[in-house]
Amino acid sequence: MSELPLSATSDAALQAAPATKARGYWATVGRRIRRDKVSMVCAMVLLLIFLSAVIAPWLGLEDPYKGSMIRRLRHIGTVGYPLGTDELGRDMLARLIYGGRLSLLIGILPVILAFGIGTSLGLVAGYVGGKLNTAIMRTIDVFYAFPSVLLAIAISGALGAGILNSIVSLTVVFVPQITRVAESVTTGVRNMDFVEAARASGAGPFTIMRVHILGNVLGAIFVYATSLISVSMILAAGLSFLGLGTKPPEPEWGLMLNTLRTAIYVNPWVAALPGAMIFAVSICFNLLSDGLRSAMDIRN
Amino acid sequence: MLAYIARRIVYVIPIVISVALVCFLLVHITPGDPLVAVLPADASQELAAQLRTAYGFDRPLPVQFGLWLLRALHGDLGNSIATGRPVLAEVMRAVSNTVTLAIAAAIIGFTMGILLGLIAGYFRETWIDKLATSFAIAGVSVPHYWLGMVLVIIFSVQLNWLPAVGAGPNGSNSWAWDWAHLKYLVLPAITTSVIPMGIVTRTVRALTGDILSQDFVEALRAKGLHETGVFRHVIKNAAPTALAVMGLQLGYMLGGSILIETVFSWPGSGFLLNSAIFQRDLPLLQGTILVLALFFVFLNLLVDIAQAAIDPRIKRG
Repeated sequence: MSELPLSATSDAALQAAPATKARGYWATVGRRIRRDKVSMVCAMVLLLIFLSAVIAPWLGLEDPYKGSMIRRLRHIGTVGYPLGTDELGRDMLARLIYGGRLSLLIGILPVILAFGIGTSLGLVAGYVGGKLNTAIMRTIDVFYAFPSVLLAIAISGALGAGILNSIVSLTVVFVPQITRVAESVTTGVRNMDFVEAARASGAGPFTIMRVHILGNVLGAIFVYATSLISVSMILAAGLSFLGLGTKPPEPEWGLMLNTLRTAIYVNPWVAALPGAMIFAVSICFNLLSDGLRSAMDIRN
Repeated sequence: MLAYIARRIVYVIPIVISVALVCFLLVHITPGDPLVAVLPADASQELAAQLRTAYGFDRPLPVQFGLWLLRALHGDLGNSIATGRPVLAEVMRAVSNTVTLAIAAAIIGFTMGILLGLIAGYFRETWIDKLATSFAIAGVSVPHYWLGMVLVIIFSVQLNWLPAVGAGPNGSNSWAWDWAHLKYLVLPAITTSVIPMGIVTRTVRALTGDILSQDFVEALRAKGLHETGVFRHVIKNAAPTALAVMGLQLGYMLGGSILIETVFSWPGSGFLLNSAIFQRDLPLLQGTILVLALFFVFLNLLVDIAQAAIDPRIKRG
């Protein structure tokens, strides 16, 4: 090999080297999404909103609960209150940043819970098949007979107002959707040769599901779940907006939007701010999910 | 075709019964006594027991469900605890207002969605496509109740062009097709239309792109067919899927109108649901949800049948 004329092959070899080097699937996806400008901007915006919500107490903000009757509904750009004050004279900037804590929690947690429950149900239904599949999937069909907003409101309305109830109702809304996706991708891989080989080599059903199937279906289910976060944020804040989520004086974007509705004739743009936060988070998650989907579609 | 319709209807029966069961159980997952709204705080044990018997809450659950279902089949959904009036009448009156709103929104949203989707799919990867796609993503990401507020701020508070709340002059609750009433419909209808607009745009764009990249389109162009002729083929092929998506969206607009109706005080089913929740009027809550869910189930059935009628491949599947 050392006798090969280096001068002739070195250029080609150098160019070929990165292409032939086996790169893992997830490494490729990561590289593709880092090159996607829209996704990166969205990730930055979300990171900023997340981080500021987490470190809110150390940002030197005004007390988000402390109101004052003499400085109610100040305009955006007031000295000392860059985003104005709300109907009880509380600093809007502080309330919007603190509001992220609860709004993000009640918006994202239902999707995470439904991702866990739905993936497990779909995996079992798809892998075991037969009567168990019928039982799980027909039960899921019943929930599909309700428009998702109606289902969320029905459960939340019956259980009564509260953060926990709103998380439960949204989880119930998303479990059927994720289960359906998980079941369909699992059914797609369960008869593939490598699963057959694992079964022939004596692996038990749990090992096969965990090792051989989960790894192959998780990506698709994950992308689908990320696309639900946007809807979940809107619905969670919507439940609070209706008075079915948290209670005043807690800062939460949906509830703030509701209590500020009375102020739209006095100071409309301050009243609209909490909704702009929900919109920003929701559109960033949507775009990020789209970016992730096309980054994972390697054939493209 | 008739056999297909019969088969679809048979499939729907177990769904309808399960939906009724879910609606029935909703009342029983509520914490506390379902009688709490009618019972005075200082009611005696005897009065409570009497009322419990009168409403049938003392019987075993399966019996209660059977009796409730039987009455529901005869159109008797009980009486509202708050007003004492029959639930079905209250719900149907409210639903008619929601239907008005949903149809107006569907006309706006579907027309915009189809147009934007066709244009975006036809001029794929150009700036026109990017513009239409961003519009669609904004439409599906916007919290619609907030958009409603923003529209009220612009068109009612700032410009004073359109009314902010209600469904007619002087708090009128009965709808009429004249300008005095239509003024009240504009903002809620636009607000309701953004989500279907976004979803229909995305669907039609994807369908158009897929169809245009197929071989038969190449063949049509090769044989010299004019672009408008090609376009007709695109529309024909996209119609069944687009129709299914639009049917589903119409169902979501009918069933998920609560947030927008609350923002605009629109006297529809969502508004009714809202007051039922906060007055703990459980028969009304149960009845409204049942009626809306049944609407949704039957709308889906209609869409399935319509889809099979225009696409003969579906019947065989």
